[in-house]
Amino acid sequence: MDATILPEVTAVGVIIKAVLILAVISAIAGFGTYIERKVLAFMQRRLGPQHVGPYGLLQLAADGIKLFTKEDIIPQHANKIIFSVAPAITAATAFIALAAVPVFPDFTIPFVDVFVPSIASDVNVGILFVLGMMAAGLYGPLLAGMAQSNKWGIIGSARTAIQFLSYEVVTGLSLLAPIMMVGSLSFVDFNDYQSDGTWLVVYQPVAFVLFLIAGYAETNRTPFDLLEHEAEIVSGYVTEYSGMRWGMFFIGEYANMITIGVIASVVFLGGYNDWWIFAGWFMILAKIAFSFFFMLWVRAAWPHVRPDQLMWLCWKVLMPLAVINVVITGLVMMAG
Amino acid sequence: MGLEKFKDRNVGTQNYIKLDLTHPPKDGWSKFKQVLSRAVQPELFVGLWVTLREMNNALFRGKMHTTQYPLEKLPISPRYRAIHDMLRLLESGHYRCIGCGLCEKICISNCISMDTRYDENQRKEVSEYTINFGRCIFCGYCAEVCPELAIVHGGRYENASEQRASFSLFEDMLTPIDNLNLQQEYQGFGAISPNADDNIKKTPLAY
Repeated sequence: MDATILPEVTAVGVIIKAVLILAVISAIAGFGTYIERKVLAFMQRRLGPQHVGPYGLLQLAADGIKLFTKEDIIPQHANKIIFSVAPAITAATAFIALAAVPVFPDFTIPFVDVFVPSIASDVNVGILFVLGMMAAGLYGPLLAGMAQSNKWGIIGSARTAIQFLSYEVVTGLSLLAPIMMVGSLSFVDFNDYQSDGTWLVVYQPVAFVLFLIAGYAETNRTPFDLLEHEAEIVSGYVTEYSGMRWGMFFIGEYANMITIGVIASVVFLGGYNDWWIFAGWFMILAKIAFSFFFMLWVRAAWPHVRPDQLMWLCWKVLMPLAVINVVITGLVMMAG
Repeated sequence: MGLEKFKDRNVGTQNYIKLDLTHPPKDGWSKFKQVLSRAVQPELFVGLWVTLREMNNALFRGKMHTTQYPLEKLPISPRYRAIHDMLRLLESGHYRCIGCGLCEKICISNCISMDTRYDENQRKEVSEYTINFGRCIFCGYCAEVCPELAIVHGGRYENASEQRASFSLFEDMLTPIDNLNLQQEYQGFGAISPNADDNIKKTPLAY
């Protein structure tokens, strides 16, 4: 895709889409907490949130009211500016990353006949942009932990540094093989590459698994949620946070979970192409939903790893596998 | 038939699963083999399967564990020791307490205080009877020592109140006279809970 701006991409359209992404994703991120509690409860044969609204659906609103009205406490010896800004970094980078991922196929609004490309901005380095934004997101936990003058926070931010930095390598290397096959960094090209119905996961199963593992580590999900491991370091980098600042960390985390789901769907699982009798928009929603569910499922089933095991897994297992995968992909492409 | 069979006390060893206590791998090749065999074992997927199966059990087979407490309550055992009840005689409706004072004497936390007097028929009558539930440890000695089964432990375990005194007067614990037909007799120290059959489980060895 060339870098020239398509005629349909107007400033108004981009702003509308940006606002929509912000509104919808933060709503889904909030709703995700409800889904997570429900799914985890069912897997442990509990009921989960039950009393606020039908099936506890309004628990979300109750949590929101609680978070908004809670007192905003800044510890005495904390660096107040950094302490206040850090949650915004996490939330903002998570949402900015979503600007370059396509979620739906392009469509035309009926009656007014406006063509809508369903991506806020199809930058030609889309993958690099998203990975870069998610990597920049590590400044949120890092600064938050260091600014709060709390030893658990310090440990949490140290773990942030090792975990996010290490797994950035695996994410990049695992996505490199599909990038070599597609020959583009734009997510739209990835989607179009799989429009014949063959998903990239068929050619790149190893890269898919590596990407999932690294994605879980980067979104701080359970087998690797060492940043705020309750059993060891009270709450890690969010120990001193409360109220809405704490909530912003979680909106960021859930938005990142959705981003990882979208990337996995678009890059490996056929994107928003039609499949069998199902329309493209339904397929990608189903894939993102399953990817989200899988994160919760894994959280219910698998235990944490230790930080040293995490490092061992990253540098001694996953990174060599990713490099070997890239090399083999390259050899096959040269031969074929 | 000899007695050897009966003298064999080693009864539980037949079905034990022995842990694999072999020696850890020494050289690199056997370490590599161990890593490989552990890596290809589908244990992670077993974990995923177990949680999914439990979710299926909970949602579709009615095996949800949760008791939604204020709405549904589990039956408690008759041996449960909650707030005391003062029982009445079924025939006359008069309270059973004869004012002997044994419960006051035996109470190890000194929380029962009672006062008695002779009524016009020269029978003992309870004029004051309180239990200080701030001190009561619900040991059950008072119910055990009572010669008339007059004081027993009831099943009233929801004792949130504005003040502790709300439970502790004789009249509060006494069976209301209009509910005399509903008065529960103490079933004895060996009584089992009403849902004891439902709670029977296989012993772990039988799994």
